[in-house]
Amino acid sequence: MEEELIKTTQAEEALQNAGQETPTPPKKKKKKKKKLPPKVIVVENLGVRFRIQEQKVDNLKEYFVRLIKRRLNFKEFWALKDINLKIRKGDRVGILGLNGAGKSTLLKCIAGVLKPTEGTVTVKGNIVPLLELGAGFDKDYTGAENIYFYGSMLGYSRAFIKERFDEIVEFSELGSFINVPVKNYSSGMKARLGFSIATVVDPEILILDEVLSVGDARFKKKSSKKLTKMMKKGVTVLFVSHSSDQVLANCNKAIILDHGRIVASGKAEKICAQYEEMISANV
Amino acid sequence: MKEFINNLKKFRFLFWELVKKDIKLKYRSSVLGVFWTLLEPLLTMIVLTLVFSNLLGKGDDNFPVYILCGRLLYGYFSNATKVALKSVRKHGSMIGKVYVPKYMYPLSAVVSNYIMFVISLVVLVGVMIFEKVKVTWYIFQAAIPMLLILVMTMGVGLLLATFDVFYRDLEYLWTVALMLIMYTCAIFYKVDNIKSAANEWIFKVNPLYSLIVMFRDAVFGRNIMTQDSYHLWYSLCFSFIIFGLGILVFWRKQDKFILYV
Repeated sequence: MEEELIKTTQAEEALQNAGQETPTPPKKKKKKKKKLPPKVIVVENLGVRFRIQEQKVDNLKEYFVRLIKRRLNFKEFWALKDINLKIRKGDRVGILGLNGAGKSTLLKCIAGVLKPTEGTVTVKGNIVPLLELGAGFDKDYTGAENIYFYGSMLGYSRAFIKERFDEIVEFSELGSFINVPVKNYSSGMKARLGFSIATVVDPEILILDEVLSVGDARFKKKSSKKLTKMMKKGVTVLFVSHSSDQVLANCNKAIILDHGRIVASGKAEKICAQYEEMISANV
Repeated sequence: MKEFINNLKKFRFLFWELVKKDIKLKYRSSVLGVFWTLLEPLLTMIVLTLVFSNLLGKGDDNFPVYILCGRLLYGYFSNATKVALKSVRKHGSMIGKVYVPKYMYPLSAVVSNYIMFVISLVVLVGVMIFEKVKVTWYIFQAAIPMLLILVMTMGVGLLLATFDVFYRDLEYLWTVALMLIMYTCAIFYKVDNIKSAANEWIFKVNPLYSLIVMFRDAVFGRNIMTQDSYHLWYSLCFSFIIFGLGILVFWRKQDKFILYV
């Protein structure tokens, strides 16, 4: 618990650093005629319904016992409902909401891993998720082998990984540890390698869930610098958080999710203020 | 459909990475390495020959080669389905994060075991030479059961992987089922020695037995086409039906995996 808290604050720092380094684009009023950048993510009437069993039945024995007793009851609820969202290229969108508001579910729909119950999600460009870095590693594989394996999961080609292999190793700062099985890595080393692999491409859409704590303070600086560079290049960012400070530091737009619905959307400053109000009203 | 092909192209590399990983890691921490693939069936063959040759081995065919044929095919089926069964749940953490065509997991498990199975055929060739088994051109017909067993295992693997996501105790049930399949495959006995009208149906319903019969026919230089055609037709139909069924069930259920893994 304590460790988690420390992690959070460190990551906040890192993200704030990243935010400071980002030059805020000069505001030009009355420039509405300017052609808007293309939409890269379009979400229409999205709805996701979950069935919740009062007790999870995940084996055959239980299933038949309940089938005979006629106790296969499900409770249904909508984790997301009537979500409409248009995100343009270069937008950095913060998704705010309390626990269970549907933030991660929305991200999963956009990442294409969760099929919505209704509505559509259209995404143009490749998505790189920076979620739980290193979760996809095989622990018996060495770091070098995992670069190929994890890279292939993200949809890279063999030639591409081969070409960028040295760059990944160098950025991860693993040195000779790259030939050691990942099960002997520290969590920081795993995260460093995961970050290096995921960010070796120039993604069009970047997904960040909550905090990004990668390695020690120095590596954090390095990684936030890399993210900032990406943002400058015009990558679209989706950033999930329940802290308005983080969103304010990193995003130019924001939405608030509450019980599966979008309750507000617009400029980050305005939305963050509204979110703070919402929280203090609830307490 | 076009999307399917594009996806296949994009993730072709992942498929081979998964296959490679299975093979590489299986023997990584063992001293003998891939040599185990050869040693294991050889040792089983020796033990079974010693124990059963006088009791159940009477007949024309060379008994060690007879055992090895059955043992290799059954071994492949059993290993591949066991790994495929767990494959989707094993990669559960990635399924929730990155989009990857999910059929890659069970199919790569089946293919990697198939490669090891083909390697292990070296043992069969070695024993055949040692026992001076007469080989004819019909040995090339062994390709028929070898192809069918791949199709069948893919189908069964897809089905098992799907149901394992929803029912975790399937793993134990399947171990029992595999044991039953093994005993009805006539690996270490000759059917003619024990067959009666009452138990004949057991051998007729087991498609793996049909494949083993055909494989043995080819190995011992008999023409599959002139033998009992029941085995060919039954295993052919069964393999493709179970393959189709596997694809259908997997396709229908794959969007729900993420809710259960």
